[in-house]
Amino acid sequence: MADPIKTQGTSNQTKTAIWNDPTFRSIAFQVLAILVIGWFFYFIFDNTLTNRAKSGVTTGFAFLNSTSGFGILMTLIDYDETHTYFDTFIVGLLNTLLVSVMGIILATILGFAMGIARLSQNWLIAKIATVYVETLRNIPLLLQIFFWYSLLRTLPGPKQSYVPWDNVFLNARGLYFPSPIPESGFGLVTTAFVIAIVVSFYIIRWAHKRQDETGQPFPSILTALGLVIGLPSLAFVAAGMPLSFDYPVLKTFNYQGGMRIIPELMALWWALSLYTAAFIAEIVRAGILAVSHGQTEAARALGVRNGPTLRLVIIPQAMRVIIPPLTSQYLNLTKNSSLATAIGYPDLVGVFMGTTLNQSGQAVEIVGMTMAVYLVMSLTISAFINWFNAKMSLVER
Amino acid sequence: MRDFKPLPDLPPPTASTGAVGWARANLFSTPLNTLMSLGAFYILYIALVPLLDWAIFSANFVGNDRNACLTGGACWAFIGNRLPIFTYGSYPATEYWRLDICFALLVFSFGPQFFDKFRYKMQLGIFSLTAFPVICFFLISGGSFGLSYVPTDKWGGLSLTLTLAYVGIVAALPIGIALALGRRSEMPVIRTFCIAFIELWRGVPLISVLFMSSVMLPLFLPEGMNFDKLLRALIGITMFQSAYMAEVIRGGLQAIPRGQYEAAQAMGMSYWKSMGLIILPQALKLVIPGIVNTFIALFKDTTLVLIIGLFDILATVESAITDPAWGAVATEGHVFVAMCFWVFCFSMSRYSQNLERKLHTGHKR
Repeated sequence: MADPIKTQGTSNQTKTAIWNDPTFRSIAFQVLAILVIGWFFYFIFDNTLTNRAKSGVTTGFAFLNSTSGFGILMTLIDYDETHTYFDTFIVGLLNTLLVSVMGIILATILGFAMGIARLSQNWLIAKIATVYVETLRNIPLLLQIFFWYSLLRTLPGPKQSYVPWDNVFLNARGLYFPSPIPESGFGLVTTAFVIAIVVSFYIIRWAHKRQDETGQPFPSILTALGLVIGLPSLAFVAAGMPLSFDYPVLKTFNYQGGMRIIPELMALWWALSLYTAAFIAEIVRAGILAVSHGQTEAARALGVRNGPTLRLVIIPQAMRVIIPPLTSQYLNLTKNSSLATAIGYPDLVGVFMGTTLNQSGQAVEIVGMTMAVYLVMSLTISAFINWFNAKMSLVER
Repeated sequence: MRDFKPLPDLPPPTASTGAVGWARANLFSTPLNTLMSLGAFYILYIALVPLLDWAIFSANFVGNDRNACLTGGACWAFIGNRLPIFTYGSYPATEYWRLDICFALLVFSFGPQFFDKFRYKMQLGIFSLTAFPVICFFLISGGSFGLSYVPTDKWGGLSLTLTLAYVGIVAALPIGIALALGRRSEMPVIRTFCIAFIELWRGVPLISVLFMSSVMLPLFLPEGMNFDKLLRALIGITMFQSAYMAEVIRGGLQAIPRGQYEAAQAMGMSYWKSMGLIILPQALKLVIPGIVNTFIALFKDTTLVLIIGLFDILATVESAITDPAWGAVATEGHVFVAMCFWVFCFSMSRYSQNLERKLHTGHKR
């Protein structure tokens, strides 16, 4: 005879209420989520189409070929009002990249200096670096940009320019300095430079391989540095110094000739660099502190001297900690460069998402393109970080 | 028999104690250090003397127009004169008391959290996250309880900055937690959606998000349905910061050992119970510094609303410094705003360091 209780138990188990079944639940939730999200996007899409049809805006990217009709304050490529909207996109993108690269270089130098200074044994130096970091990173970047911009605008006019160096002039219109003009034969120098880089690359690879096999170190970095500096210099002298300068000259109202950094670019560059350097300083400090003191002691115990200890033991391990957050600071700097629009520096957001959008009315396409540019940059950088982490992570057991 | 009495210890050499000893150890220990100290002293001297002279000794503190500021020093009179506008924006002057009550409530809800001996921290915390925003909304906006209605375009100055930051913080934390949990969910649809959402917002600059919320949101909505400009900015800021918050919290979730998840399951806890009682309390505790850093970033980012035409404290000052009645007062205005932000951000970061030390209960070496 079957045990009635047991039978009841098994039948209960087979008849679990369907809403208590985890598989069913998970599928139901996901279907629900797809429906809600799908409805949401359909709602937006439908409204956008209706609204645009009403205001008579054509959809699509055809507008990129029409003439822009406005000038831009600073362009790295040849551009004037007769160029197309697509050219405004390129101009804006290049300006964004320019200020980002300039900012990344200055911020890295300053950030490493400040990060190391914060760990200095000299009390005064450490305190100055601490005050720098704690002040700059607690003040909004936009405010810092305004601050530098308003300071630069109080500089005297062209006739009373500051002359910090021969043929370098600083006034309210910007910073003027001589621009180098390559003459015939300069191609030799460029070729020498490229050759030097390629050769250095192979030397470093060969040195690594030799050290792995025989343990013999080779001063590959110094050799590479010598090559990269020496070879182009030699070529430069050999080709008869084919370089002349275009000097800025004071005309009636303004300086003509030479190169000019507009105050907008200068303010943005300084503000971005000083602000990001404060964060980089903290990253560098944390990275150095993350290498346990036992590593230094172990190196000492093996009889390694101070210089090689730093170079071969501390820095490689610190860099492993430093590089991923450092890369994301670079990305932040690039994204923050979009604040340029507040002071009128013609970056991607200011030119393309500002003036071009207002003129053409193609809001969806333009905002989409601008966001896509930033998205591509940030996804590339995060792919790099993931690759780096995978490559550098400690292989244990 | 004579007791052995040791001679009293000689005092340490004067050069190794007191100020002299400290300076020798910390400033002049090696020739290089000496050189660096002297260089730093020189730079400080040439930088600080004119700065102090400008900011304090030749500064002007009282006055009502540019004639009060002719000594060449800082014109703090300008700040004093415009302080009400910087604080309250263009809020009607007769209704300032409503904002004053909100400021007082803000101090009341967060001041006691800094004291270790205070007992009702939890209750006060709940109050500041729930009742406080509601009370302040009714007070500031008005329109009920006999208070006159004040439209959002009258809100401005420091009070608007604090409103934006507070709402952003209160809204971004729960959304961030939900997104972080979603990103680690086992349901592929939810996970994909959360990853896409987080990476999309994190990948673009906040300014383009604000542009989008001000230019494109009207396009997305049916005719006649429109949000307030302030609300649109708030939605943009909240979405943006909740993506960052989600990544911070995900870091905490990943740091919790697998055994904790398995133990919670072994106890027969449901998903929400195991998250709410076991995982999240530990994970959030681990990432408090990251959360506060996100708050600080959010607070600083509120200044960006000036680009879409809202009058936060920076925008108010920016428009005040162009007033011809005062001459060149841009630097004074910027320094004032910088000090306001610095005080808030610095105290937040100090508070988080304090909290981190206190909550650092387990795994201490």
